[in-house]
Amino acid sequence: MDKTIATPAEAVARIPDGATVMIGGFGGSGAPIELIHALIDHGARNLTVINNNAGNGHVGLAALIEQGQVAKLICSFPRSADPKVFTDLYLSGGIALELVPQGTLAERIRAGGAGIPAFYTPTSYGTDLAEGKPVAEFDGRMYVQERWLKADFALIKAEEADPLGNLTYRMAARNFNPVMAMAARVTIAQVSRIVAPGAIDPEVVVTPGIFVDGIVPVENPQQEEVLNRQEAVYP
Amino acid sequence: MTLGDIQLSNAQIAWRAAQDIEDGAYVNLGIGFPEMVAKFQPEGREAIFHTENGVLNFGRAPAAGEEDWDLINAGKKAITLKPGAAFFHHADSFAMVRGGHLDVAILGAYQVAQTGDLANWSTGKGGVPAVGGAMDLVHGAKRVAVLTDHTTKKGEPKLLETCTLPLTGVGCVTRVYTSLAVVDIEGGRFVLREKLPALSLADLQAVTGAELTTPGPVADLIVPNL
Repeated sequence: MDKTIATPAEAVARIPDGATVMIGGFGGSGAPIELIHALIDHGARNLTVINNNAGNGHVGLAALIEQGQVAKLICSFPRSADPKVFTDLYLSGGIALELVPQGTLAERIRAGGAGIPAFYTPTSYGTDLAEGKPVAEFDGRMYVQERWLKADFALIKAEEADPLGNLTYRMAARNFNPVMAMAARVTIAQVSRIVAPGAIDPEVVVTPGIFVDGIVPVENPQQEEVLNRQEAVYP
Repeated sequence: MTLGDIQLSNAQIAWRAAQDIEDGAYVNLGIGFPEMVAKFQPEGREAIFHTENGVLNFGRAPAAGEEDWDLINAGKKAITLKPGAAFFHHADSFAMVRGGHLDVAILGAYQVAQTGDLANWSTGKGGVPAVGGAMDLVHGAKRVAVLTDHTTKKGEPKLLETCTLPLTGVGCVTRVYTSLAVVDIEGGRFVLREKLPALSLADLQAVTGAELTTPGPVADLIVPNL
């Protein structure tokens, strides 16, 4: 078995207009910049994107939004050092936003990957973000029902992969990537290195290859913070 | 004397909150002002700090130029690791939060009600709404403490009978450290524990939007110059 795909362009080529796409990362850490830029080049539009944030500057997710390819964003925190792209588009009515508390977002994605259609959480009970959702009492406390989140594609970033798609991550760049890998019909990981089967100790595999459909080598991945310090703009 | 002359600085409020964190406690500090608490840990005590983007036991910011942007905190600032740190994914991170595994969460506030309701995520004025992890962090930690100026910049009370801004959580706050006082929330009431010695109870009550009860002794709130 070899899940290697030669280039980011090939990896995203099957993403159609209207697809729901999970994109890993928390701010710039763990964001698959090369896959996002390949998606910009590919040009799929009317996308629903699931990410913790809404982009920063004019690269990565911000650039995808700036190109008008995202119809709806599901996220917890659409602010950043330079959120102008999303802010302007949102305030002019050009993009829909579903705001989800961060832990609820992670658990909805995990539930999607785990085959759990709904769950109850204390988060957001009694707040505006629980409006219209069923509530229930368990052991004397009130909880809000939340539903799973699934996607057609997940674009994630990992550190090391073997050809079977087993993945490790690098420090806090792990964040949403492992849960998103579980929750999409097709998961594509850009990785810094592809090593031989057996070269990753099974004890340290974080995402088992069953959750991964394609791995794309990106040897020295770009980092959003570094690009923004260079005032980079994509394309 | 005006309140502006005597009230504590943010650093002093953070210092006071740090004195209540036990050795070995698992602690989450909110983005911004609460992050200062980490600087003021008393000698001989070491808390383990959690950041919701997936790190336990992180340390100070690295020197400029030494940043690794795969190693950041929830405020997207570069951090370093202490020996015995751990990484984990977002669903596990919030399992630590909601599952009752944190000892203390310390957050900022726009308003706190005597019932423990907290408003700290939205001024309700439109613009782009953003919640992040605030609504999760108020549930699960054994103690949920708030750091805040006692009043707004315009002098309006921030400790109220009922919050008027959109809520972050209901009945979640257990202690409030303000620029003038330390107040617990017990049984739907504010219980005054400490106040600046220069301030009378009546002075303090005048800038508080709900009754301050005093069922026990009220200690002097004394902090170092920082």
